[in-house]
Amino acid sequence: MKKSKYRALSITIFLLLTIYFLTPLLISERPAFISEKIWPSKLKLGLDLQGGSQIDLYVDLTNVPQKEQDSAVKSALEVIRNRIDYFGVAEPSIQLVGENKIVIQLPGLDDHERAKELIGKTALLEFKLLLQDEETKSLINRLDSYLENNLDKHNFGDLKEQSPTSTLETISDSLQTNEKDNFFSRIIYSGGDGYSVSNNYKEDFKKLLADSSFTANIPNGYQILLGKEDKQNPSSEIPVYFLYNRAELEGKYLSEASVRISGESDFRNANKPYISLKFNREGSRIFERVTGSNINRRLAIVLDNTVYVAPNINDRIRGGEAQITGNFTLEECNDLVIVLKAGNLPAPISIGKTSSIGPSLGADSIRSGLKAGILGTLLVVLFMIIYYKASGINAAIALSLNIGFIFAALTAFKATLTLPGIAGIILTFGMAVDANVLIFERIREEIAAGKTIRNAVDNGFSRATVTILDSNITTLITAAILYQFGTGAIRGFAVTLSIGIISSMFTAIIVSNAIFDNFVTNTQRDKLSI
Amino acid sequence: MQLLKDTNIDFMGIRKICYFISIALILIGFTSIAAHKGIKYNIDFTGGLMLQAELNGVKAEQLRVTLSDIGFKDAEIQQITDDTNTDLFIIKTSSTENASEKIKKALKENFPESTKGNFIKQEEEVGPKAGFEMRNQAIRAVFISIFFILLYIWIRFKFSWGVSAAAALLHDTLITIGFLSILNVEIGMTVLAALLTIVGYSINDTIVIFDRIREDLKIYRKEDEYRIFNRSINSTLSRTAITSITTLLADLALLIWGGPVIRDFALTLFIGIIIGTYSSVFIASSLVLDTVVAYKNRSKKK
Repeated sequence: MKKSKYRALSITIFLLLTIYFLTPLLISERPAFISEKIWPSKLKLGLDLQGGSQIDLYVDLTNVPQKEQDSAVKSALEVIRNRIDYFGVAEPSIQLVGENKIVIQLPGLDDHERAKELIGKTALLEFKLLLQDEETKSLINRLDSYLENNLDKHNFGDLKEQSPTSTLETISDSLQTNEKDNFFSRIIYSGGDGYSVSNNYKEDFKKLLADSSFTANIPNGYQILLGKEDKQNPSSEIPVYFLYNRAELEGKYLSEASVRISGESDFRNANKPYISLKFNREGSRIFERVTGSNINRRLAIVLDNTVYVAPNINDRIRGGEAQITGNFTLEECNDLVIVLKAGNLPAPISIGKTSSIGPSLGADSIRSGLKAGILGTLLVVLFMIIYYKASGINAAIALSLNIGFIFAALTAFKATLTLPGIAGIILTFGMAVDANVLIFERIREEIAAGKTIRNAVDNGFSRATVTILDSNITTLITAAILYQFGTGAIRGFAVTLSIGIISSMFTAIIVSNAIFDNFVTNTQRDKLSI
Repeated sequence: MQLLKDTNIDFMGIRKICYFISIALILIGFTSIAAHKGIKYNIDFTGGLMLQAELNGVKAEQLRVTLSDIGFKDAEIQQITDDTNTDLFIIKTSSTENASEKIKKALKENFPESTKGNFIKQEEEVGPKAGFEMRNQAIRAVFISIFFILLYIWIRFKFSWGVSAAAALLHDTLITIGFLSILNVEIGMTVLAALLTIVGYSINDTIVIFDRIREDLKIYRKEDEYRIFNRSINSTLSRTAITSITTLLADLALLIWGGPVIRDFALTLFIGIIIGTYSSVFIASSLVLDTVVAYKNRSKKK
C-alpha cells in the first residue's frame, strides 16, 4: 500500500510539472490574472525555425602587429563564443566573415542589448599597486602646474572665476598652503579613502584623462584611472586613483570566478553580491609574493582600465583568493563573471549593424520535419499495439507522457528547439519504448515459465528494473560527459538526451507499473493481453 | 505475436567469422576515407561563401528552390526582415569552384526583374560555424565517455567486460564513419550529434545482454560459459530486435519524410543503429567470452 501511495504522489507531481511548463505552448496569451513571475517562458525556436537577430562585430586590429592579426581574430572569436555560451543563449551562430568581421546570430527576437554590452567588453583584468602618498602628491603638484597654463584648453575655464576658497574644504591641507591656483587638486576631492571627482566635472575630467597633451605630463610608469560608476546612483562622485602602470598580476592566471552574496556579518556590504576570484598555482604564488612585499599599501583590481576596488593589503595573502566588492547589482556581477571566465579579448571590438533575420529553413522543410516526426511516433505506437496488444496501449500511454515531459523539460531548461533537435527527440521516442519492451519481454518469459499473471508482472518489473537502470545509467554517463566537456550545441544535445532517458525510465518503471497494477493484477485476471 | 521465439543460435560458434566481418568493415571504411583524401566535413566545419543580395519582389522560398535546382542543396538562405522597403537576403554556401558565378547567373536567369542593377551587396568568405575546436571537443568527449563507461561496467560487472564494451563502441563509431565516407555524406553538426547518439544507443543494447549473462551465470553455475553466453543472447534476442525495430521505424520516418536537413542525421543513425545492434549481439559478448576463456587457459597452465 505504501508503495502505491508514493507512486501516486510522484505521478501527480510529474503530471503537474509537465502541465505547468507546457501551458505557454497550449495557451499563447498569458491570462491577466496570472502574474508574470510564475508564468513559464515559452519554448524558444532556433534560427532555422524562427530566425532571430544578427549583430555585426568588428575586431579593431590597428594596434595589433601584422603577424599576430590572424591569431588575434581567432582568439576573439573563441572568447565571444565562450561569452555567449556562458550567457546562456542556446544555438547561436557565430562566424568570421572576411578578415576581421564577426557575425553573430542569436535566435529569437528579444532585446539583445545586454548580450551586446557583454560581447563588447575587453575584460582585461589587472592588479596594480597604488602610488605611495608622496608620489601621489608630487604628481598632483605637477598636474596643477600644467593646468595653470592650459586651463581653457580643457574646458575647465569656469574654475578661474570661482575663488579657491569656495572649494576650500575639498582641498587637502598640504595643498592649501601652495600659492598657486591648484586647479587639478580643485577638480578632485580628497576624502578619507582617496580622491574622487564630483558629478559636475565627471565628463570633462574623462576628456582630460584621454587628452594626450595632458597625459604627457604623467611620468612614465604612472597612471591615473577612474573608479567604477555607481549605476544605481548616477549623480554620485567617481573615485580617482593614481597608480603604477605595471600590472602585478593578470587575469590569465585566473582559475575561477563566481558570484557570491555576502552574509549578514559583513555590516558594510550585508546581502550584497560580490565576485570571488581564485587564481591558479602560478597566480597564487605571484599574489602571495606581491601582497607579502607590499603590506600597508593599496592594491587596485582593474578591469578594462576601470578600478573596481582598491583595498589595503593588511597581510600576506596565501591560497590565491581575492574578492571584488562594490556597489554591484546582481546582474552586473553575473555579467562580469561571464567575461572574466571567458577570458579577455586580444583587441578591442566595435559593434556594427544589428538586424532582424528570418528563419534559415523554408516552410517546406519545417513542415516535412514535423510530418516525419508525427508519422514516426505513430509508427512506433502502432507497432507496439500490434505486437503487445492491450499491453501495447500501456506503452503508448507511457510514450505520450514522455512526449509531454520532454517538451516541458526543454521549456524548464530554457532550451532552444531546432529542426535537428526535433529529429533527435523523435528518435528518443523510438528508444524510449525500450524500457517497456524490456519489461514486457520479461513478463512474457515469466508467463511462459508457468507463473501466475500477478507473479509474472511483479517479477517482470523487478527483474527488468535492474537492467533498465544499468543500461540507462551508462547512457546518462555519456550525456554527463558530453555536457561537461562540450560547449554550445553539444551541451544542448546532452541535455535533450538526459531528459529523454530520465523520462522514459520514469514512465516505464513507475507509470507502466501503476497501470498494470490497477488494470491487470488487482482484477485477478488469469489472462494477460501481451 | 512473437518474433524470434525460442531461438537457439550458436552465436559463440560464429564469433571468429564475425570478428573477421567487423575488421573487414572497418578496413573498407578506412580505405574509402583514404580514397576520399580524408573525412569530408560540411560548411558547419569548413566555412564557405557568403553573399548578400538585394532581390526585390523575390520570396525566400523561390530563392531556395532556385539554388537547390542548380545543385546548392545545403545553401542557407536568410531574409533580413527589419528592412521592409527592400528584400535583402543572406546566402551562405560551401565555396565550390565558381560557386559565386553560378549563383549570380542563376539569379539573373530566374529573377530578371530583380537583378537589373548591382544586386550583390556583399560577397565574402565566411568562416565555419563550429570550427575544428568543436570537433576536437566532441572527439575528446566521446573518448572520455567511453572511458567512464568502461569504469562503470568494471564496477558493476568485471574489468574485461568493460574493455569489451568499450571496444564494441569504438567499433560502431569507426564503421559508421567509414560508411558515411562511402555514401559521400559530409560531416556537420547534426551528423556529429547522430554519432554521439549511436554511442549511447549501442552501449544500452550491450548492457542489456551483459545483464542477462550475469544473471544466467548465477543460475546455471554448472554449465560452461560458452553455453550460458549463447543462452543469454538468445533469450534477449527478441527484445534486442524489437527495440531496434521501433528505433529504426522512428528513424525511417525521418529518413523518408524528414526532408533534406534531417536526411544526413537520419541516415547516420540508420547505419549506426544497425551496426550498434550487430556489435551488441555478435561482438561485445564474444570478446568477453574470449577473455574469460583465455584467462582460464592461462590459470590451467600454471
